[in-house]
Amino acid sequence: MANDGGPTAGERFIRGIIPENPVYRQLLGMCPTLAVTGNLQAAMTMAGATAFVLFCANVLTSLIRGLLKPHLRILVFTLVIATFVTIVDRILQAYLYQMSQQLGPYVPLIIVNCMIISRCEICASKQSVFRAASDAVGVSLGFALALASIAAPRELLGDGALFGFAVMPEAMPQWVIMLLPPGAFITLGLLLGGANWIGQSLNRRKAATE
Amino acid sequence: MAANVLKQAWLVLVLAVCFGAALAGVHVGLSPRIEANRRAAIYDAIPVLVEGAVGEKAEQIELGGRRVYRAYDAEQRHLGWVIQASGDGFVDEVELLIGLDLEAERITGIHVLQQSETPGLGAGITEQDWREQFAGAEAERPVRLVSERPDEPNEVEAITGATVSSESVRDIVNAAVADVREAIHAGESAAQGGNGDGQ
Repeated sequence: MANDGGPTAGERFIRGIIPENPVYRQLLGMCPTLAVTGNLQAAMTMAGATAFVLFCANVLTSLIRGLLKPHLRILVFTLVIATFVTIVDRILQAYLYQMSQQLGPYVPLIIVNCMIISRCEICASKQSVFRAASDAVGVSLGFALALASIAAPRELLGDGALFGFAVMPEAMPQWVIMLLPPGAFITLGLLLGGANWIGQSLNRRKAATE
Repeated sequence: MAANVLKQAWLVLVLAVCFGAALAGVHVGLSPRIEANRRAAIYDAIPVLVEGAVGEKAEQIELGGRRVYRAYDAEQRHLGWVIQASGDGFVDEVELLIGLDLEAERITGIHVLQQSETPGLGAGITEQDWREQFAGAEAERPVRLVSERPDEPNEVEAITGATVSSESVRDIVNAAVADVREAIHAGESAAQGGNGDGQ
C-alpha cells in the first residue's frame, strides 16, 4: 500500500478510541451526546447509525479524494453525509420503528455532526481507503464508548435500569433529573473533568519518569 | 465560461444525480415497510381500546371533522369507535387514540401514538396506570383533572410536575370526544328519522 505520509491505519484506529476520542478529547458531536443519552438503547442506536454514516462517508470520500476541488470539498462532504443519513433514517423507520420515533429529529441531525465532517476533512480526503475505513471504525468505537459512558449512569440513576432492564433495588429512589437535560450536562461535565484529570496525571507521571 | 463552471462543478453534479437515484431506490424499497409500521401502530392499538375488536377489520372514516375508526369484531359486528386526535403538548405535538363504546356514551380507554414529553415527568402520560383513569368516563361531560386521588368517574389525577402534559391530554380527549359524540348522535337520530319516514 502506498504511503501517503499521514498516520497509518493502525494509528488512526487507536487514536479514534481514546487519545483523540471525539467526545472526550475533541468535544465534537455534543448534540447527540447530550440529547440521546437518557437510556442505553437510544444511545447505542445513535452510535450505530453514526458509525454507519461515518464509515460510508469516509470510504466514499477517500475513493473520490483525487477528484475533489479544494473550494468545493465541504459541499461534497455534506452531500455524501446527507445521503447516508437519509438512508439510515429510512432503515430505522422500516426496521426499528419505535426507536426511530424515540430518536425523532436527532437522526436527521447526524448530518450536522461535526465529528463526521472533521473525519472526512482530516483523514478521508487525504488518505487511502483502508486508512479512512480504519479511522472510521476507531472513531465510531470511541464515540460509542463515550455515549455509553454517559448513558449508563444516567439510565441507572434516573430509571434504575440498564438497556431497559431494572437492575437497581426497588427501594432506590429514581433521580428524574438525570433523565432531564441538566442530568446530561452534569454527567458530561463530571466525566470530562475526570477524563482530563486522569490524562493530566498520566502526563505528569510520564514527565517525572523521563 | 460555461465550460469552466462545468469543469469545477461536474463532480458535485454527478454525485447529486447518483445520490438522488440511490435515495429514490431506498425510498421505493423501504416505504411499504415504513407505511406498514405506521398503520400497525394504529391498528394494533384498536383491540386494546375496544374490547373484542379485530384491528384489521377496523374501517377509517371521517366523523365530526375527526379521523375515526369503526371497530368491528371478527363477525363484522360493530363494537365501538376509536378517534385519532392530536394537540400541543409541553414539548411537541401529542397524538392520541381514544376509544368510545358503541353508543358513544363512555370512553373505553386512551392510547398515546406519539409524544416527546419530558422523560420521567410528562412522558408519564404513556403509563398504563395513568391512562386507565380515562376508561369508563362518561362521554357526555368533559373529563376533569384533580390533584388528589379521584373518587368519581370523569376525574383524572394530574401527573405531579407535568400539569401541562396532563392538561394537554385532557383537552385533546374532551374536544375530540365532544365532536365525535355529537356527530354519532346526530347520525343516529337522522337514521331513526329516515326509518320513521319509511314506515
